[in-house]
Amino acid sequence: MFQVFKKTDIDFIGKRYLFFTLSGLLMLLGVVALVQISRGKANLGIDFAGGAAVQLKFSQPIQIDDARKALEQAGLRDAELQTVIEESRLLIRVKKEDAVERNIRERIQEAFAKGFPGNEFMIESSTEIGPTIGRKLQKDALLAVTISMIGIIIYIAFRFEFRFGIAAAIATFHDVLAVLGIFFVLNREITLLLITALLTLAGYSLSDTVVVFDRIRENLRTRKKEPLEETINRSINEVLSRTFITGITTFLAVAALFFFGGDVIHDFSLALILGVIIGTYSSWFIASPLLLVRRSEARVLKRA
Amino acid sequence: MKKGIRGRLILILLTVVASIVFALPSTPVYSKLPSWWGRFFPSKGVTLGLDLQGGMHLVLEVEAEKAVDNAVERNLLSLKESLEEQKINVQSIRKEGREILLTFPPESKEAVTKIIDTEYPSLTTRQEGAGEKVLIFRESEVKRILDSSTSQALETIRNRVDQFGVSEPLIQKQGANQILVQLPGIKDPQRAIELIGKTALLEFKLVADFNPVVGQFPAQIEAEQEQNFINEYKDKISPDDQILFERNVDKESGRVTKHPYLVKKRAVLAGDLLTDARVSIGQFNDPYVSITFDAAGARLFEKVSEENRNKRLAIVLDDTIYSAPVIREKIGGGRAQISGSFTTEQANDLAIVLRAGALPAPVKIIQNVTVGPSLGSDSIAKSIRAGLAGTILVVLFMVFYYRLSGLLADLTMVLNIILLVGALAALNATLTLPGIAGIILTIGMSVDSNVLIMERIRDELRAGKPVRLAIDAGYDKAFSSIFDSHVTTLITAFVLFMFGTGPVKGFAVSLSLGVIINLFTSLVGTKVVYDFINSRKRLERLSI
Repeated sequence: MFQVFKKTDIDFIGKRYLFFTLSGLLMLLGVVALVQISRGKANLGIDFAGGAAVQLKFSQPIQIDDARKALEQAGLRDAELQTVIEESRLLIRVKKEDAVERNIRERIQEAFAKGFPGNEFMIESSTEIGPTIGRKLQKDALLAVTISMIGIIIYIAFRFEFRFGIAAAIATFHDVLAVLGIFFVLNREITLLLITALLTLAGYSLSDTVVVFDRIRENLRTRKKEPLEETINRSINEVLSRTFITGITTFLAVAALFFFGGDVIHDFSLALILGVIIGTYSSWFIASPLLLVRRSEARVLKRA
Repeated sequence: MKKGIRGRLILILLTVVASIVFALPSTPVYSKLPSWWGRFFPSKGVTLGLDLQGGMHLVLEVEAEKAVDNAVERNLLSLKESLEEQKINVQSIRKEGREILLTFPPESKEAVTKIIDTEYPSLTTRQEGAGEKVLIFRESEVKRILDSSTSQALETIRNRVDQFGVSEPLIQKQGANQILVQLPGIKDPQRAIELIGKTALLEFKLVADFNPVVGQFPAQIEAEQEQNFINEYKDKISPDDQILFERNVDKESGRVTKHPYLVKKRAVLAGDLLTDARVSIGQFNDPYVSITFDAAGARLFEKVSEENRNKRLAIVLDDTIYSAPVIREKIGGGRAQISGSFTTEQANDLAIVLRAGALPAPVKIIQNVTVGPSLGSDSIAKSIRAGLAGTILVVLFMVFYYRLSGLLADLTMVLNIILLVGALAALNATLTLPGIAGIILTIGMSVDSNVLIMERIRDELRAGKPVRLAIDAGYDKAFSSIFDSHVTTLITAFVLFMFGTGPVKGFAVSLSLGVIINLFTSLVGTKVVYDFINSRKRLERLSI
């Protein structure tokens, strides 16, 4: 049997404060991201902020600067431009709240028809969203994440114990915040698809954490004389192999999505890749040590 | 072969066959099947979401409040006419917000009250004095208008879309006053938007040619100057009249000008009395729309034309005058023509909206997502590539790390995918791009259960247990972890399903089905193979 991790004896618990610090920083990053999002200062996609996004395919490659000038002449000054896939495709984003009313799509069409005669183009996709829908979406997204968290705490507390539920919830929440924070730092767009990825990775990270908790529960039952720290340490070491492998297989699938899946789900797959890595990390270094917080109450676990 | 094993193998085989049968309509192979296949077996596979097949997703908001305003205005004009007809002396009658203010000499009060009570049941008196009355709509009436606006708009839009000829449109109410319209595969989104969003209120109004103010009007004004013009003349016209414009396009230069008309505000005839509207070609090959009134409308039309000979009758659509022909003689037969520089397409669309009826209130587009079909097929191609790449990577890794048992796990994964696609097809679920990503995610996650089981088996083997017992123990002990991790993923998928819109819902469905199917295959599918091998010959060593 080929094994990546032969019998290991890593002291996860001993080094826990180091990892708590690291994770604390990551979570802080996520909180900063949340604050900036609510202030509207983050790179919000149009599904949250309202606005218009139009993707055009030209028959000949087009320079971004020329395109920007053409748009400015049509009075569209605050557009974000980006070449997509290859140079003859252009993605134009206008984040004005009254995008739909000012008929941005038509104005963009006219601007390019005038500015680049002879370079035929077609509209591959367009999205125009008024501000009311965006605000409703923000509320819904927040509600969705909150309900997920509560559902998770309840289920884990039910299957294990309340303490396990809290630890699992904190670890999962940490993962979501960390990925959100990283996306914020990379200045990637925060869209509904990203929220979907965050919820998915929350689910994944949790399954991972459950595998470790399961082993801890089993060991607690069989080795009653051992101090709690050792039981937890040993449990993590025992499941190192399987959590690593499950991480790798999911990672391979998501990496394929990232490299081959195309633009639309590029950010989505990036979020999932980060999620798999951070999720596995949190199952080892964060979730289990959290069980030790408030030592005196931890003794209750042993007796159960 | 033990009975238990045979039963399970047959079950798995049946589900695979069923999946293939359900999924067939979505594959290119389907077109090569004989025609009788569709009669006995499922003929509709997976529904492609808008992001994959191209199309338009619109959310409209019905401005129901305006419907109430319009109703107040209509009642005001009608009341004014009634009072004039019955020669009741009234000093002034005007609208303020949603209230109608009347002032009259005290001796008229009784007559005024009588008319309001008998002919205008939806109006009620908020406040009155000896020589004045303030009228408002009854609460119940306001509520009725607000509620019915959205349903009426829904029906009207549905009628219009039906005539437009899109296959499988989706039109439904969303919330209190929003309407969702999805038009898959639509080729001309701009035309569709105009067709759907047009209020299409057709009115016939008498032109006040003999008013001296009209002499001061220029023949044409520039295209964008309407509001300035109206502001200039606002105070010179009576509150019974309004200024509307006819749009003229110079055939050679394409220049657009507007011809101002002074018309009576109160329409003598409206589009709700139409029974039909058809496109015909005129003398110079220019299309026009010929409309037919119902009996009541025809009678009214005859009366109006008889009483107003030599006056002009403006044909007004959404406050734009299309034409204003002179009434030369009494028109019986209830037919009229609407002409005015149309293309055939414009004439057709006009006929459609006239037939379907006017919207009770204006609608505003608050969300518009249009995806061209090329982007969709592009996405599908890329996803298939990603899926293949992911599958190959995972297969290779599993075989490398777990050898033959790994290969078994890989077969489970393939089984998973077949069953997942079959399940999606059986439910006619909508497949979106994130949904495909969900399927690919399932590829990675589906082996996880097998990994858990195999690691357990390895543990048991290392502890010295014989092969068959190690396998059984492995499955038993791993069950709890597998179950818990699947349920937690299901919780998040369920939340995504409840809160997500289109593409996200597609993802949630793929993920949920994938997880459930995986529970089935990992616990039943692989076990049966091990049991089968075990029953044939005693395994001394396990390739794991």
